[in-house]
Amino acid sequence: MAQMNMIQALNSAMDIMLGRDPNVIVLGEDVGFFGGVFRVTDGLQRKYGAHRVIDTPIAEGGIVASAIGMGVNGLRPVAEIQFADYIYPAYDQIVSELARLRYRSAGEFFAPVTIRTPCGGGIRGGQTHSQSPEGVFAHVSGLKVVMPANPYDAKGLLISSIEDDDPVIFFEPKRIYNGPFDGDPNKPAVPWSTHPKGDVPEGYYTVPIGKCEVVREGSDVTLVTYGTMVHVCEAAAQGMGVDAEIIDVRTMVPLDVDTLVTSVKKTGRCVIAHEATRFGGYGGELSATIQEECFWHLEAPIQRVTGWDTPYPHAFEWEYFPGQARVAMALQSVMEADA
Amino acid sequence: MRPSRLHIPKYHAGPGETPDFSYLELSPAGAVARPDINTRVRDMNGLAFQLVRVLDDDHEAVGPWNPHLEPADLQVGLRHMVLTRAFDDRMQRMQRSGKITFYMRSLGEEAISVSQGMALRPTDMLFPAYRQQGLYMVRGRPVVDLMCQLLSNTRDMCKGRQLPVMYHWRDGNIFSISGNLTTQFPQAVGWAMAAAIKGTDDIAATWIGEGSSAEADFHHAMLFASVYEAPVILNVVNNQWAISTFQGFAGGEHRSFAARGPGFGMAGLRVDGNDFLAVHAVTQWAAERARTGHGPTIIEHVTYRGAAHSTSDDPSRYRPKDDYERWPLGDPVERLKDHLIALGEWSQERHAALVKEMEEHVLASWKEAVTYGTLTESPRLDPHLMFEDVFKEMPEHLKKQDEQLRDERKRG
Repeated sequence: MAQMNMIQALNSAMDIMLGRDPNVIVLGEDVGFFGGVFRVTDGLQRKYGAHRVIDTPIAEGGIVASAIGMGVNGLRPVAEIQFADYIYPAYDQIVSELARLRYRSAGEFFAPVTIRTPCGGGIRGGQTHSQSPEGVFAHVSGLKVVMPANPYDAKGLLISSIEDDDPVIFFEPKRIYNGPFDGDPNKPAVPWSTHPKGDVPEGYYTVPIGKCEVVREGSDVTLVTYGTMVHVCEAAAQGMGVDAEIIDVRTMVPLDVDTLVTSVKKTGRCVIAHEATRFGGYGGELSATIQEECFWHLEAPIQRVTGWDTPYPHAFEWEYFPGQARVAMALQSVMEADA
Repeated sequence: MRPSRLHIPKYHAGPGETPDFSYLELSPAGAVARPDINTRVRDMNGLAFQLVRVLDDDHEAVGPWNPHLEPADLQVGLRHMVLTRAFDDRMQRMQRSGKITFYMRSLGEEAISVSQGMALRPTDMLFPAYRQQGLYMVRGRPVVDLMCQLLSNTRDMCKGRQLPVMYHWRDGNIFSISGNLTTQFPQAVGWAMAAAIKGTDDIAATWIGEGSSAEADFHHAMLFASVYEAPVILNVVNNQWAISTFQGFAGGEHRSFAARGPGFGMAGLRVDGNDFLAVHAVTQWAAERARTGHGPTIIEHVTYRGAAHSTSDDPSRYRPKDDYERWPLGDPVERLKDHLIALGEWSQERHAALVKEMEEHVLASWKEAVTYGTLTESPRLDPHLMFEDVFKEMPEHLKKQDEQLRDERKRG
């Protein structure tokens, strides 16, 4: 075991996979010589060479398209999009090509591409360094969508994603790259060494895609969340003294419905929390699924705590970000409801 | 002072008008120099503005680009082209009679796919658009297999999931065709980058129309191919038309599409797309460059879309009826036929017999194909194939939807 932050854990995952499989290739803007704007690929090009860890032109569509072509030719590309906010130029290649290649060719062609991209707010990133676009990928048939909330999962899930023969969109909440964040920007930063999930095995291991994790067991209410919001929800529930069962979704697609349903049937109450905007967001899918499966067990309407339906603002960040206070209000509301 | 004005590209002629192809910059056969394959890009920019032609007006092969193919190879090429045309004609009629929902012919463009297919190795990976059916003829896929795809029947390679014409062939190294234009262009570059990373001498070739060169993926492909000197041939089939839109609207009015090559630091060639020998020669040249580490080439094939864009299109609404007859570069099948006759290696009688043989072969193949079902007549594909291959293994939510459909069908 070693102490790692999320950056080091992700770096370790790629290091291990580059070492294990000569077909693994890392590519993206600034990932090679420089080691990535967030240092996630630091040292990899030095160790594996410029043919394995490749700097690319600033062209997201070209990055994903060339990764698809490489995948078709037997490589296992791990492409980086510098910010999730800049993934849209590649949206056609991801949705029309990467996601559908196996289907449209009846299994004759596929491209085992992993697309890593830093996402989420809480860093004064404004409109184009804060977005959480997981919902627009979860809606696409043929993609797996993953978002870890701690270093241990980040490494294990990234190794699983790279090994997976299906395309994976791998979101990395950049607010928690260096330490967990409970939503209070006025508190001093906390490093991952203070958190049990900052203990990461140095060698190879996997965390399965398609499995939620019950982060905290509880009996009063189920809090379904992922990414940075896992830590915000933990702090909010603790602050209120509510015995909440907190579930880190970890994989948006395919969704582990059983874990969610088992929990909500037990607690009878559910709050869903994510940073992304509400309308058409992934929380709507979670809410609908739980309502369909748990209707007779629900003692209160399901609540969603999300970003507002606005572009992500710079000056109003802490009015926008769904922090502890907003989670607490939703928890109070479902706890007070009387079926 | 004159105010600025918005320039709207001009059509060469509209319906009812006399076609005027004087906008084409043509070079006489044999007139364009053939540089060594290791020539630096900056020393051969002129290639992008000339037109490589081998067959002259007397049907002789002339000049430095003459590939000196054996008559037997030319006869094979002619056979593939005649088969492609016979296949297209029959499929067009089958669409008109309602047996298939949609079709796209390659009339007038057969030399490009057939000659290029023959100039490449079977292990080279091909990323076609939807109008390169000749590649399948060259690589030997039985036309009955293509017909089954068009019919979405029980032998459909796409298992009923794709529109007609969107073929693929893993074993033949022909990539899956997508409806989204130009996406395959940068994918082919990625495939070629992988070939170079792995150190093989296989190359990739890819095709788009000139209209599709307007897509951002064209730029991505050119840029990545140039930056990494990827072993790839990027083909732009300039058939003058993107559905109803004349090539000027794709940026062809002021400069050739081949000239975009030098702009990216890449070799760019312009070739007579209806000249089987010229197409073969430039493909061989570009393939050798790619295979020996001299980088990518963009080839603009100057040709003409002889037929409607698709079975859903009526070209008489936007272009002269006699456009194709007046096209100055003629018909690729006729030109190769005349060349073989001039060589004393072919005759009108043998040609007529070949056409008849291919038509009969296509008809017999069609009769076989429909025994595997049609879109509406049994045997039909199992609808549950709809849920497979979305992912490698079917996830729970799809299993559930599959079950729901089974239940619906039981009740219904």
